[in-house]
Amino acid sequence: MLELAIGIILGGCALGAGCAMIAGIGPGIGEGNAVAKACEAIGRQPESKGDVTSTMLMGCAIAETTGLYALVIAILLIFVAPNMLVNTLLNALGK
Amino acid sequence: MKNKSRRFVLTDILYIAMMIVPVIIGIVIKTMTRPVGDGVSITGAQVYFKIPMPIQDLIISESQINSLIVMISVFGLCLYLTHGLKTRNISKRQHLAEWIIEKTDNMVSSNMGEFFISFSPFIIAMLALSGFSSLLTLLGLYAPTSDLNIVGGWAILVFILITYYKFKCGPLQYMKSFAEPVALLAPMNIISEIATPVSMAFRHYGNVLSGSVISVLIAYALGNLSNLLLGFLPGVLGDIPFLRIGIPAVLSIYFDVFSGLLQAYIFAMLTMMYVSGGFPSDLYFKRKNRKIKN
Repeated sequence: MLELAIGIILGGCALGAGCAMIAGIGPGIGEGNAVAKACEAIGRQPESKGDVTSTMLMGCAIAETTGLYALVIAILLIFVAPNMLVNTLLNALGK
Repeated sequence: MKNKSRRFVLTDILYIAMMIVPVIIGIVIKTMTRPVGDGVSITGAQVYFKIPMPIQDLIISESQINSLIVMISVFGLCLYLTHGLKTRNISKRQHLAEWIIEKTDNMVSSNMGEFFISFSPFIIAMLALSGFSSLLTLLGLYAPTSDLNIVGGWAILVFILITYYKFKCGPLQYMKSFAEPVALLAPMNIISEIATPVSMAFRHYGNVLSGSVISVLIAYALGNLSNLLLGFLPGVLGDIPFLRIGIPAVLSIYFDVFSGLLQAYIFAMLTMMYVSGGFPSDLYFKRKNRKIKN
């Protein structure tokens, strides 16, 4: 029974981490749009390449934030949560 | 230029030692304390020792030691670059130092305005600390920036600066800035105020940590792959993961060098934007001018 419970915890953590990383879609699309527009702008005004590039990198980094939140949650779920949850379970069962 | 005095050369050597010795000490500490393994493990910072304190134990970990190493090295670099400043017939290192200062001043004055020009030492310190911390992974040391505590501390420092400059026109104006454009949106404004340091810390930490995690995973996968493909080789040759030689280094150009330096730049950029954006400059200068007239 205990093995089953621990198995469910580990599987749940892995599934949760996988689901959390669905959030990677959003920043991917957003950054793609940003870079596409930056390319267009450079094509129109090649002399403003430096400014456009630095602004684009800035915007990309900000758009990336939501993806990074998901990543932090996924990393916590994989590396931190299983130990903690299994310990909680064992303490609750008094073992 | 040949006849440098002996004292000058000795001081130079001292400064160079100040740059290099802390890094070597860090590598020695790491090799002494690291548990033996195959090098593929994803753990947080290693805890060296704990100092008992009344509320909570003070934990001295790898990330604190490594950030101190970076600070001392950068201090040595600064002393080395500014050693022997002259007004004419200047040396190469003075050229470099002047170039760095000019670039930072330009960046700060174009992004924050002339009022904030005194911020440029802070910004360049932030850039150097963050950038060199991320580059520490190239020497096999633990990057302090992949620890949330370190980056969180920087973000709290920036948050204090933002709040200080928002307070410049008095506490009433500070309270009023939350009720814009309508008073109904005040909870939203308070949440976004708190979200600023949180997102800054998570962005930096997440980028550096994800880079190192992906590098470790790729190294692990390449080790398994070379066991599978080259396992038929006789004797010891079959055990050596040949595919792990060189290929992870190419990826670390992006994950360690580019990503780390970009995050340092973005952290400094966001600091400038938030500090100058939160400052009610119009009102401040209006009041200042009125004071001067009276």
